[in-house]
Amino acid sequence: MSLKNINVALIGNPNVGKTSVFNQLTGLNQQVGNYPGITVEKKMGFCKLPNNIKANILDLPGTYSLNASSIDESVVIELLLNKNDRLYPDVALVVTDVENLKRNLLLYTQIKDLEIPTILVINMADRMEHKGISLDIPYLEEHLKTKIALISSRKGYGIEELKNLIVSYKTISSEPCLNASIIDAEYFNSLRQAFPNQLLYKLWLVITQDVNFLNLERNEIRSSFTKSHSDLKRLQQKETIKRYQFINDVLKVGLKIDSSVAKDFRSKLDRILTHKIWGYVIFFLILFVIFQSIFQWSKIPMDFIDSTFATLSTLAGEHLPPGMLTDLISQGIIPGIGGILIFIPQIAFLFLFISILEESGYMSRVVFLMDKIMRRFGLSGKSVVPLISGTACAIPAIMATRNIENWKERLITILVTPFTTCSARLPVYAIIIGLVIPDTYVLGILNVQGLTLMLLYVIGFGTAILAAYILNIILKVKGKTFFVVEMPNYKLPMFKNVAINVIEKTKAFVFGAGKIILAISVILWFLASYGPGKQFKNAEKIILENTKAHPLSPIEFNNAVASQKLENSYIGLMGKTIEPVISPLGYDWKIGIAIISSFAAREVFVGTLATIYSVGGSDNENTIKNKMAAEVNPVTGEKIFNFASGISLLMFYAFAMQCASTLAITKKETNSWKWPAGQLVFMSSLAYIVALIAFQILK
Amino acid sequence: MQTTIHSLKKGQKAIILDFDIDVIPLKLLEMGCLPGNEVELLQIAPLGDPLYLNINGSHLAIRIETAKLINVELIKNKQK
Repeated sequence: MSLKNINVALIGNPNVGKTSVFNQLTGLNQQVGNYPGITVEKKMGFCKLPNNIKANILDLPGTYSLNASSIDESVVIELLLNKNDRLYPDVALVVTDVENLKRNLLLYTQIKDLEIPTILVINMADRMEHKGISLDIPYLEEHLKTKIALISSRKGYGIEELKNLIVSYKTISSEPCLNASIIDAEYFNSLRQAFPNQLLYKLWLVITQDVNFLNLERNEIRSSFTKSHSDLKRLQQKETIKRYQFINDVLKVGLKIDSSVAKDFRSKLDRILTHKIWGYVIFFLILFVIFQSIFQWSKIPMDFIDSTFATLSTLAGEHLPPGMLTDLISQGIIPGIGGILIFIPQIAFLFLFISILEESGYMSRVVFLMDKIMRRFGLSGKSVVPLISGTACAIPAIMATRNIENWKERLITILVTPFTTCSARLPVYAIIIGLVIPDTYVLGILNVQGLTLMLLYVIGFGTAILAAYILNIILKVKGKTFFVVEMPNYKLPMFKNVAINVIEKTKAFVFGAGKIILAISVILWFLASYGPGKQFKNAEKIILENTKAHPLSPIEFNNAVASQKLENSYIGLMGKTIEPVISPLGYDWKIGIAIISSFAAREVFVGTLATIYSVGGSDNENTIKNKMAAEVNPVTGEKIFNFASGISLLMFYAFAMQCASTLAITKKETNSWKWPAGQLVFMSSLAYIVALIAFQILK
Repeated sequence: MQTTIHSLKKGQKAIILDFDIDVIPLKLLEMGCLPGNEVELLQIAPLGDPLYLNINGSHLAIRIETAKLINVELIKNKQK
């Protein structure tokens, strides 16, 4: 008996509950990565089956058919065409929604043509009674040449039966269920004769798709069997009609709908949610609640994390034997880790809201509602999803533009998405708002700090839209325009799906960004703890001499030495060098250091300040925020973080393109350095100018 | 009566007749927009575009520019 794990591929249309089936089969036993070379998310999981058999479950991106129109969809085809792929499935599970069986079966008939053993999973069976649907399973199994698992991933039933079917995958038919080649018998016959060893449908896919498959042969196939684009499309239409005829014939007997029983919840909800006034009111109300609550709800855990790490840092400093290593731990590593973990509450809340909106089916209604408005700015209704996801992180948001069919609309969406307030800006905003905006209430319930944060989000969206409007006029890009969006059924979001999504996304973010932040924190600590020249080495002597006339108390003396050292350390010298450039914006050299170090990732800003102030002060018991609040300009005696410089910083971080990962993803998605370079130059100059104006007016 | 999807009124049903295959995206065909299938206009977006349709049991939204390209035959209402 072989102990090899069974490879199972989950395939299905979007919105059929494929991910819930995946979660049901694998639990938390899953890994999210990327397909090599591209940024399509690859979800693998592991499942224990009866008889001690194990399976690797691969959750492929959702696709409507095997005719790919995006890289996400190409991934599915490339895997299914390549028998040598390590992940090539032993058995395919085509997941369908019982309410959309007709459309979902189109993909099923295509998969069957690839002659892979295929199990048909009919999901959402719990809604059958509600909708008056009944199925003749034996009839369907016979005519679709498969085994059917009737399940409800929501209620969790049918999963054991599905597992049993997977175990016996060798008995499942791999025969196609219809012969689509009769749409042009002559053409397909000659194709079959030319390549007797290849599957006819595979050849057809290679001819019609841009997929990497048997590259050598591909040119050969193409040259002798090519047809005009228009002729190919006509054949594809015939093929689609043929498949639907077959499906209709099968479902005529196998599926009965008693429409008198069906309760139409969808159209009632649609009427309200897409209403010309209420639709928009509800949408903006939802946005308002999201942003107000993110700031309010995250506050307590964030304060807790902040003070915990301040305490830890002190404890480490006091209890470990003194020395360089202890300094590195207490002043470099611990504040660095704190700077990462403090993100978790806000990121988790953002992903929570976004996944609830996506899961419930509401997001499609927003697309429908916003399309006409967005088009005036050169965007698509579908740009709303990236722009909202951009509030979590621009990277998945830019990836989410893939379903925008029109290239110009997609390009503009990619270029302007980084203006939306991503979660990396949140800690920067949070700490500065906390310092310079009073924690008071207007109208009794509205928190001024919360309102400021909301205003920053509005500025982010507003700039994105405005930039899109300008780009729409400037850019001369031609592309096919079309727009098709599925309006899925409303569903109550499943706790398990939402929870797994939030955990996975937060984990990916913390570990991804965390590595950079931690590394930069440690480097910073070194740069701040060492310096060239006598000014640094002889700090104690210099202070002693300078204060001969008025001797300092021991605490004052230590502080003076520490700041003399910081000022003359490597990082201090770097900050001093750029001070002339940034002082018109109201920043001192310490903020300059934070801006330099956060050039690759904005969130490093807070961690840097944490490190700088931990090194600079001897009083470890204070939190970072208190230390920042206490900073004064040694010349004027004014607070460094005052209203004018605070607003200037907020503006700088609202506009500046300080994210290397976003530049990288823009390069990947647009296939050119031209666009990310444009983003960098345009956004950074805009940031400088706006921050300059803000400070000069307010000071 | 022959018309296009664009000129349907809310709640009206029609049968798809034909369209110019070169300009209609394949994805729309795969969603069930094929000659002979039934289409119902469910909702019009607040600003008049896009249109929310039920085509052959699939719920989807398309823009007016696409809807204008699809010829349909109205199904007569049973009332009157």
